[in-house]
Amino acid sequence: MADSGVTDEPVSKEEIERAKSEGKELTKEEKQRLRKEKKHHKKNKEKKDDKASQESEKEKKPVSTDAPVSQPPSQPTTQKAPSPVPTPAPVPVPASEAAVAADKPAKSKAELKAERRARQEAERSSKQGKKGDVGQPAPTSKPKAPPSELQPVVKRLPEHIQADNPDVLRKLAKKLERQQIPLRSDYGYKVSLFSHLHQYSRKAPLTQLLSIPSTVIHPAIVRLGLQYSQGIVAGSNARSVALLHAFKQVIMDYTTPPKEELSRDLVNKLKPYISFLNQCRPLSASMGNAIKYIKKEISYISSQDKEKEAKTKLLNCIESYISDKIIIAAIAIAKYSIEKISEGDVILVYGCSSLVNHILCEAFEKGIKFHVIVVDSRPRLEGREALRRLVKKGISCTYVLISAVSYILPEVSKVFLGAHALLANGYVMSRVGTSQIALVAKAFNVPVLVCCETYKFCERVQTDSFVSNELDDPDDLIVTRKGKTQLEDWQQVKSLGLLNLVYDVTPPDFVDLVITELGMIPCTSVPVVLRVKNVDQ
Amino acid sequence: MLFQLALWRIELVEYFRAQLREDPDIASAVAAIRTLLEFLKRDKGETILGLRESLKWATACLTGVDSSVAVSSGGELFLRFITLTSLEHQDLSRCKKMMEERGELFLEKISMSRSKVAKLCHTFIKDGAKILTHSYSRVVLRVLEKAAAEKKRFSVYVTESQPDSAGRQMAEALRKLNVPVTVVLDAAVGYVLEKVDLVIIGAEGVVESGGIINKIGTYQMALCSKTHNKPFYVVAESFKFVRLYPLNQQDVPDKFKYKADTLKTVQNLSEEHPIIDYTPPSLITLLFTDLGVLTPSAVSDELIKLYL
Repeated sequence: MADSGVTDEPVSKEEIERAKSEGKELTKEEKQRLRKEKKHHKKNKEKKDDKASQESEKEKKPVSTDAPVSQPPSQPTTQKAPSPVPTPAPVPVPASEAAVAADKPAKSKAELKAERRARQEAERSSKQGKKGDVGQPAPTSKPKAPPSELQPVVKRLPEHIQADNPDVLRKLAKKLERQQIPLRSDYGYKVSLFSHLHQYSRKAPLTQLLSIPSTVIHPAIVRLGLQYSQGIVAGSNARSVALLHAFKQVIMDYTTPPKEELSRDLVNKLKPYISFLNQCRPLSASMGNAIKYIKKEISYISSQDKEKEAKTKLLNCIESYISDKIIIAAIAIAKYSIEKISEGDVILVYGCSSLVNHILCEAFEKGIKFHVIVVDSRPRLEGREALRRLVKKGISCTYVLISAVSYILPEVSKVFLGAHALLANGYVMSRVGTSQIALVAKAFNVPVLVCCETYKFCERVQTDSFVSNELDDPDDLIVTRKGKTQLEDWQQVKSLGLLNLVYDVTPPDFVDLVITELGMIPCTSVPVVLRVKNVDQ
Repeated sequence: MLFQLALWRIELVEYFRAQLREDPDIASAVAAIRTLLEFLKRDKGETILGLRESLKWATACLTGVDSSVAVSSGGELFLRFITLTSLEHQDLSRCKKMMEERGELFLEKISMSRSKVAKLCHTFIKDGAKILTHSYSRVVLRVLEKAAAEKKRFSVYVTESQPDSAGRQMAEALRKLNVPVTVVLDAAVGYVLEKVDLVIIGAEGVVESGGIINKIGTYQMALCSKTHNKPFYVVAESFKFVRLYPLNQQDVPDKFKYKADTLKTVQNLSEEHPIIDYTPPSLITLLFTDLGVLTPSAVSDELIKLYL
């Protein structure tokens, strides 16, 4: 990377001069030239996707205006010129752009405008200790700059929590354009605390903007995306299993194009699908781990294998993942949980967790007599589904709304909660309302048990529910009672915002026990399990 | 066959009791492990699986004699320790020999554990300290011995610890060390805590959450020291780590709560008084073990390393 910086030197200085005079705009030729040079360097280092990127870049040339040009899809966002540029041009730096550049130094190197590069060098050399960003979710993570002498490795903020950053949005738009996926636009006024998150409307599904037939995205994935965005497939396990089944379909229909290797080409085919699904509904931690696993398995396919064998191998891998991590794990967790359920217990559950429902049904079949209190909350009212399943089995249940939880807690002996993800610092990420129930249970000294499979453990760290969350359709909060719909015109009222949060995080002090298929562990031991799992792999 | 089993059981129990008689100072778990090792040497089983089964049966016999948590945890750890190696050799007798060697190694290691704990803990006792302890614990005694040997001056309050007045035994032993000791009533713990600098107690078992199982009255003492903001230290050897996870007092299995004879004779256990209670990890400051000085949340780490 260092040499590329050196060779670019004379070019950049010229351009800086010219750019100054022209008011910071590069002509198309310069952009093309820079692009070509950059690509040339990248070809020498990168193995994959150079040709594809060139083609897409050439497609884009007539389209691009003075907006920043998107970077070629080769991911390693290496810093090209940080090290050997001796004197950054003393270009006056507008404050806002500087802030933006400081925000994402790893990404900005992709900009081909030379004066922007030079400006960033000035930024970087002055600001050594960048803020460390929150860990990234797996699918969007890209490797960090290895040989950056000026600064240590800087992690990028994931895109889905930067919805109010126009540059990030522009980059995302370019990337989706390249992948031929429509960009979903935000809907309605966002409450200011959560303006960094996307908020979509269910009435505008992404699939309406897709052309028919869509050759880029496999129909199974289109169907899946629609099911996600309309809420037909909901719940952490259900979404992961549906994703894996769709990927199985994709792999079955896949044929390796000539002169390509299956291991690399298939991964690249999956990338636009993942972007599409992300646009339909942000990926969950469990889905992220599943995708990581699939990509790893694909990369292990050697080029010696014939296509049919490779595909069978991959299909078997996916099958065994579903079977081991989800189905058998549920059986193991049920076995451990049943030890904790005693005769005459009154168990409180919240919402509809497939795992908790499974545990209660198993315990009932073993003949333990207990009573269940199902707590539910608007606007999803998922507790009704849980109630239906439990009553069908014959378990005696009570149904309350979350506002009554402090009223019924003195009668409760245990609380069983499901989890969406378990974070590396022991925090439990789950449906909104879970932390409330854990808090009240702690105040009443009722033990709180969280049931979670290990494939939902993620390396992220989060201490509050603001940083990374999901905003659901605000129109869900509108309700019609006795013929009157109160909030119908909420968009007209300028000072009114509707907030429909999906997740919240519960601190480990409120959780007494986490039941996983590896056994019963305290909440603080999640990093140990992650460590053991990594060692296994 | 049944007659054989009965004979073996009597032999086993006799050997165990003999061990305890000969050396009253060793932990009951150590005696149990010695017995199991002897059993292993005499066993004439043909298969590894059969061996495991007979060892489990032997452990069950021993818990029938002494129902404390330590015996069952010691037995389980012994089984784990010897079977972690075994299965590379085809020949059963060679396997058994390996197991016996590992068993001896294990025994040697755990015999040293008490001194390791004492070495770690005595530095936390400062000159002029006033210590509160509960009932009779040989580990705590060893710690205080070491501190006294280091020429530290301290005084000790011991609770009487009914129903067996084990606290008086502790007081006698401490008097022999020339340590000023006062015996207090179990009900006087709250009263005496303002005079005290730190609380040190032993444990019969350390559970997965980092909490402990100990003589009844420990939970009360822990609650009071939390309120008074006095450090609450637990000293325990690592073979007392057990794979239990109680959520509250009720959740501790009955087989540990009562003495072995009570379990066998009495029909209605609700009229019997339990002899142990469970102290949750939030009330414990530090645990001193032969694996090092641990916080309660680190206990789970260590257990995962030992068992997984």
